[in-house]
Amino acid sequence: MSLVSIHEVHKYYGDLHVLKGINLNIEAGEVVSIIGRSGSGKSTLLRCMNGLEKYDDGTIILDGKEVSTDEFQIRRLSESVGMVFQNFNLFPHLTVGQNIMLAPTLIRGMSKPAAKELALDMLGKVGLADKFGQYPEKLSGGQQQRVAIARSLAMQPKVLLCDEITSALDPELVGEVLKVLEQLASEGMTLILVTHEMNFARDVGDRVVFMHQGKVWETGPAKDVFAAPQTAELQQFIGAVL
Amino acid sequence: MLLLYTQGLCPCGIARMNYQLNFADLLNYQDVLLSGLWMTIKLTIVSTIGGVLLGIAGAASRRHRNGFLRRAAACYVELIRNTPFIVQLFFIFFGLPAIGIKMSEIEAGVLAMVINLGAYLTEIIRAGIDATPKGQIEAARTLGLSSRQIFFRIVLPPAFARVYSSVVSQCIIVMLGSAVVSQISVPELTYAANFIQSRNFLSFESYLVAAGFYLVLAFVMRLGLNALGSRAFSREEKPA
Amino acid sequence: MMQFTDWDILRNLLLAARWTVLLSLIAFAGGAIVGLLLTFMRISRRSALVVMTRIYTEIFQGTPLLMQLFLAFFGLGLVGIDVSPWTAAALALTLFSSAFLSDIWRGCVESLPKGQWEASRCLGLNYLQTMRYIILPQALRVAIPPTVGFSVQIVKGTALASIIGFVELTKAGTMLNNATFQPFKVFAMVALIYFLLCYPLSRASQYLEHKLSRSSK
Repeated sequence: MSLVSIHEVHKYYGDLHVLKGINLNIEAGEVVSIIGRSGSGKSTLLRCMNGLEKYDDGTIILDGKEVSTDEFQIRRLSESVGMVFQNFNLFPHLTVGQNIMLAPTLIRGMSKPAAKELALDMLGKVGLADKFGQYPEKLSGGQQQRVAIARSLAMQPKVLLCDEITSALDPELVGEVLKVLEQLASEGMTLILVTHEMNFARDVGDRVVFMHQGKVWETGPAKDVFAAPQTAELQQFIGAVL
Repeated sequence: MLLLYTQGLCPCGIARMNYQLNFADLLNYQDVLLSGLWMTIKLTIVSTIGGVLLGIAGAASRRHRNGFLRRAAACYVELIRNTPFIVQLFFIFFGLPAIGIKMSEIEAGVLAMVINLGAYLTEIIRAGIDATPKGQIEAARTLGLSSRQIFFRIVLPPAFARVYSSVVSQCIIVMLGSAVVSQISVPELTYAANFIQSRNFLSFESYLVAAGFYLVLAFVMRLGLNALGSRAFSREEKPA
Repeated sequence: MMQFTDWDILRNLLLAARWTVLLSLIAFAGGAIVGLLLTFMRISRRSALVVMTRIYTEIFQGTPLLMQLFLAFFGLGLVGIDVSPWTAAALALTLFSSAFLSDIWRGCVESLPKGQWEASRCLGLNYLQTMRYIILPQALRVAIPPTVGFSVQIVKGTALASIIGFVELTKAGTMLNNATFQPFKVFAMVALIYFLLCYPLSRASQYLEHKLSRSSK
């Protein structure tokens, strides 16, 4: 069974039909980029995958658990799925180390020393081991986003959802974050990214999902999709962004 | 009583124009003043702690899922903020014993101060909570934290830091308001001044000295609480 | 001994509440006049005036209103003015209100973006013209909600005048309590009347605040 299987998912915001029957299966180890214009429903779909948004119809099954917005379900889900946000969302009153240790100690019941070791390990992974005692506000945007990635990884998720994680960064800081993602991808982590970084989607991603008007409009291996887009909408989109 | 006194001493206007202020006599009542001051400090410390806890509970209730709790907290806040402290105090000290709830002067004074401060802090802390970016809560939910953990660990600490200076101001207002508990004979600073002027008839001097003490107290309190705050909310690097 | 019905109690309290209202109005009017003066001193660029007004507000915000009432009551007597509780209460509440109102209003003036001053300067307006045509009209709009909000503090402040013997709502309450020995009922009624006076003001302040923040978006 796929790690993530999305079946006939619909979502409405009032009268607005934002997801119109999404079907998508994602296998363990895949790096999937979801692209599309703003308003195409790509962020909503991502947020439905970990219960931040409720979907109105259909099913999403992630790591064998059905996703719902029920609090208990979300807590169980947090063991399988991590999320990194556009605006980092680090907790400003906690140091970098405390940000990372919080969930492992609270949710997994890990001891403080073990959590600290884990945190340092994760920080090493993103190249920020020296920032353990620092507060987030003292870090650059790129560094904050790398800490956010480390924080998610500390829960050892099976899949990491990335919601436009480079969009809030100054252009010169984008590279360091993408490098971390690339490294995760090479280690076999399942990544689902909503992204505007077309080069990254093409070069690192395994698969591209193009969303348009609340539907999966076109999907295929990253190289093929960019080289030979099938639909007029995707051709137009690629023409506009590349 | 006070009325008779002034009317007795100031029968006609100009007579006391060149009155000499006399502070020396107050030295005889040093102990009374200092014990009053100490009582005011104790009242303030206890009611500040109680008020902050009540304010946090109130703010949590104002933003609770349970609608009854939300409404109850809102009623509490409006009721307290729209009635004078002295009436709250009298209601607690004189009114409650009539329905069987008896307490000492000091207990009544502290209770009134805590309830009063709690209502204002409920609103202040709630405003701090409302300024929480939505992403903070989403990030915490994504990490698997429960509602309670999110409130106490993610939402509350920065919210409290955001509104800390308003919290300090309100605590000082309640400290100054404690002068009113002299009216139910709690032996605090104002009560001491009342007592002294009833003995030596140096009313103006007694109250002026007491006012001076309050001024210093307010100043020290702001300084101390601000120092405490900047320590507690410091974002300086911590050793790993 | 005379028997008081609930209606008697309520009627007497309502009669006394007139004095609460009147004293509040006087304190508000007096506080506004003195406060306006202080505000202008505070935002003037003369450091002596600024320092003086700052000390003034610090003193009135840093001492209990009750002390201010006592000092007005006994202090006026010392300088030879025969004081009634009326005069003392009106004076103390006026000074108290002026300190808070001027602080609120100063905040409103200072909350306006610096660009407003700079733009006016560039158009060739002098200090007074900038004040009159640019700053004050805007500050006034911002100032209304907190000013209405502070009026609640004044109404509640008048309750302390009872302590120097001014017979208003609270004093009437204590007197009626002494006559009827029904403290729970009497003080609940007193609280209710204050609530009915203050709550509309609080709501108005919140409403105006809300309207203002929405219109500025």
